[in-house]
Amino acid sequence: MKPEKAISIALVGLAVVYLAIRVSSGEMATVYVQPLDVGETPAQASDYIAGTAFPSPSRTVGVWVAALFTLFIFSFLYRDNIFYKFAESVVVGVSAAYWMVVAFWTTIIPNLLGKLSPTWVRSWAMPGLSPEREDTWYLYVIPLVLSVLLLWRLAPKGAWIARWPLAFIIGTTAGLKLVGFIHADFLGQIRASIIPVVAMSADSFDFWQTVKNLVLIAGILACLVYFFFSIEHRGVVGKVARSGIWILMITFGAAFGYTVMGRIALLAIRIEFLLDDWLWLIDPTAKRIGLS
Amino acid sequence: MYHFLSTLDRRWIFLLMGVAVTVPILLELQFPEEATSLAHAVFNEIEQLEEGDPVLLAFDYDPASEGELGPMATAFVRHCCEKKLKIYFIALWPVGPQMIDDSINRVIKTDFPDLVYGEDYVNLGFKPGNEGVIKVIVTDLKQLYSTDDRGTNLDQIPMCRNLVNIQSMDLVAEVSAGYPGVKEWVQYAATPYPDQIRLIAGCTGVGAPLLYPYIPEQLKGLLGAIKGAAEYEKLVVDRYDREAGREPDLKYLEGKRRMGPQLVAHILMVVLIVVGNIVFFVGRSREGTNS
Repeated sequence: MKPEKAISIALVGLAVVYLAIRVSSGEMATVYVQPLDVGETPAQASDYIAGTAFPSPSRTVGVWVAALFTLFIFSFLYRDNIFYKFAESVVVGVSAAYWMVVAFWTTIIPNLLGKLSPTWVRSWAMPGLSPEREDTWYLYVIPLVLSVLLLWRLAPKGAWIARWPLAFIIGTTAGLKLVGFIHADFLGQIRASIIPVVAMSADSFDFWQTVKNLVLIAGILACLVYFFFSIEHRGVVGKVARSGIWILMITFGAAFGYTVMGRIALLAIRIEFLLDDWLWLIDPTAKRIGLS
Repeated sequence: MYHFLSTLDRRWIFLLMGVAVTVPILLELQFPEEATSLAHAVFNEIEQLEEGDPVLLAFDYDPASEGELGPMATAFVRHCCEKKLKIYFIALWPVGPQMIDDSINRVIKTDFPDLVYGEDYVNLGFKPGNEGVIKVIVTDLKQLYSTDDRGTNLDQIPMCRNLVNIQSMDLVAEVSAGYPGVKEWVQYAATPYPDQIRLIAGCTGVGAPLLYPYIPEQLKGLLGAIKGAAEYEKLVVDRYDREAGREPDLKYLEGKRRMGPQLVAHILMVVLIVVGNIVFFVGRSREGTNS
């Protein structure tokens, strides 16, 4: 046996023994719930001590599954392995199924069938839905027909018919996005860039605001010059374009810094979950006070 | 030393980063926070509202980004409850309603049990359609929302009876992990209706740099990642706990707590970048000497 494999087996064995001891002593991963009129709600350990809550086997299993899947995914950092592949496949499968169910219950039922036949949908799916049809309910036949045309792609003949609804989707999406970007980004950002070079506040000269405005204007112009390829980047134009590159690099650096912060936050919350909710090694929100 | 560093297995870096994040969590390492002008802007937008003013809280994130956005969502809900505002929850992400329910359970049901569902707060739930939803509800909310998340008709909910559209909200607060999110709210709500819709937001670190250009005209304030959450938390806690002379509940300090591992991990990252660059330049100079 290779030393690497032996060390791996020994570490996993030690972890299993440790977990077995902790589980047998009831000192980890238990989730408590309080009963409601309908269903149950998460509770604190203090509620359990007071006798108003009880351990929930299903939610406890949920914590174990979440913890093990977190470790399976982390194991990829060492090398690709069967546990990672298993977790990855489960996530992909569950996500696809979840999206399918969500789309059915939040789009097809209320936005299509609920508009075409509200009384019928109200009787079995949405009791809060108004039974009265809208005045223009018949317009919803159009998306129904388009949906059928879209599914025609699965038919052995006439798959080209699906291009029509697809063209409709692409056209409306492009139109919707175009208006948003022109208004909010293109025109909005031009307007936001038109600022005074000399800033005044309460009838006096505001030095730092003036510096900020100058940096902003100079930065915009330098970056624009860098992307202006009709003139060769030599001489003064070349120097301005080079300063534009520097400004872009600083921007990318700031974006990278933010990305690092975001990713570390995600790593921290997973580790916190493992140490707090699963292993009960820490209790940062004091939710297990009084529990021996 | 050079050979060791230039051939170092990257898994040692992973291990170092894991330790840098785990140790501060185990030691519960925390550092003081000072609120920046952006956090103040977000805080003041809510603080200047009067009791009973309607506020839309849009939670467009999922469990994958809960660690980054959950603390600011909790702080938003708490701040609105302290101000006794009418809260309308909404989601453009399918798991958004679960995030809303989580915030309601953590904050409203626990610390503000007097608030009544349907009179003080309501969960309008998830609607598919991304920016299309925003485009519609800025002019006619009930065209898309006929029921709340529980399936109750909006006309039977007291605080929704006279609700026409989003323009009747005094403030829109968006917590977003991506698309659809803050950008879409800027494009289809705040920009077309600058006098009617005031927008503040919290977002992930990845999204923050793309949103800064919208400040302050199209976006009144922005909380960037866990750092923004920690700063905003401090303002809320100082105003509603410390001024009242009581210690805040630990769940309202999650952002601050998660900044501990951030600091240590960032120091490690800086060291790694410096060392990596030194190794790179030394290697290049050696190649030049050899050739």
